[in-house]
Amino acid sequence: MSVSPAEVEAPRSEEHVEPGKPWLTIVWNDPVNLMSYVTYVFQKVFGYPKPKAEKLMLDVHHKGKAVVASGVREAMERNVEILHGYGLWATVSPDT
Amino acid sequence: MEAFRPLRGGGASARFAPQEATLLRSLVGQVSALLSGGEMDAAAEPGGSAASGPPAPEAPDPRELDALAGFGGTEAPAGAPEDPALARLLPDAYTDDPEAAGEFRKYTEQGLRSAKQDSARTVLATLPADGGRVKLSGDQAEAWLRALNDVRLTLGVRLDVTEEFEEQWAKLDPGDPRSAVFEIYAWLGSVQESLVEALM
Repeated sequence: MSVSPAEVEAPRSEEHVEPGKPWLTIVWNDPVNLMSYVTYVFQKVFGYPKPKAEKLMLDVHHKGKAVVASGVREAMERNVEILHGYGLWATVSPDT
Repeated sequence: MEAFRPLRGGGASARFAPQEATLLRSLVGQVSALLSGGEMDAAAEPGGSAASGPPAPEAPDPRELDALAGFGGTEAPAGAPEDPALARLLPDAYTDDPEAAGEFRKYTEQGLRSAKQDSARTVLATLPADGGRVKLSGDQAEAWLRALNDVRLTLGVRLDVTEEFEEQWAKLDPGDPRSAVFEIYAWLGSVQESLVEALM
C-alpha cells in the first residue's frame, strides 16, 4: 500500500491547549481485534476507502497506535464513543 | 458450522451445529450479564470440569465456560470497574486525564452498556437454540460482529492473550482448562472473520 505512515505524537496533557486547536481520535493496538475487523470498522465509521482504512489499521498494528481522525473535541469524543461500541480501544487527545 | 457467506441484497448467512449454538448463546448471554452488572455465571462451579480434555473444534464443551468468569477466583465482582474484562469493554476515553475520562464515562457508559446488550439480544434472537441456518440482515450482521467481538475481548482478557495466542495455546498442558477456552477463542475468531469477509 502506501508511503510513510503519519507520525503520531504521544498523547499529552491538555494544560496548554489553545481554544480552536484540533483534537485527535487515537486507536491503540490490542491483541484481540482482527485486522479485517479493524479495517471494516474504519471504513464503516469514517467512510474511508479500503486502502486508507487498511493503512490506518496497519499503523495501529505496527506502531501501537494511530491517529484516525482529527477535529473539534466533541466530534472526537463522539468518534471514540462509536469506536468503543465496536470494541476498539480508542482515546481522545489534544493535538500538539 | 458453515461459515458466513454474503446474502444478495446485504446481510450474511451461516449454519451452526446445535452445540455451537448452545456455546455461542451461552457466551453472549454471559457477556451481556457482565455488562448489566449481574453475576457472570452464577450457576457455574469454577474448576468443576478441569480434568476433561479439549473439545473437538466443531463441538466446544459448554462445561468449560465457567472459565470465562476468571481463573483463580480473584476477580472483582461483575460490574465493578476493576474487572479487567469490563474495563476492556468500557475503556477510558482519555489516557492522561482522569477527570476528562470520568466525565466522558459519566455521560456515555450507560449508553455503551445498553448498545452492547442490544447487540447481544440480536444474536440471541437470530441464533436458534438448537442451531441451524442463521440469516442476518445488514443491521443484524453488524450487531453480530459487535457481540462476537465483545465475547472475544472478554475471553482475551481472561486468557491474557497476546498477538501470539496460538503459541500461548500450544504451550498449555492439554489438561489445562484454559486450553479448551483458547480453542473457543480461536473458533470465535474464525466465525467473526468469516462474517467480516461476508460483509466487506
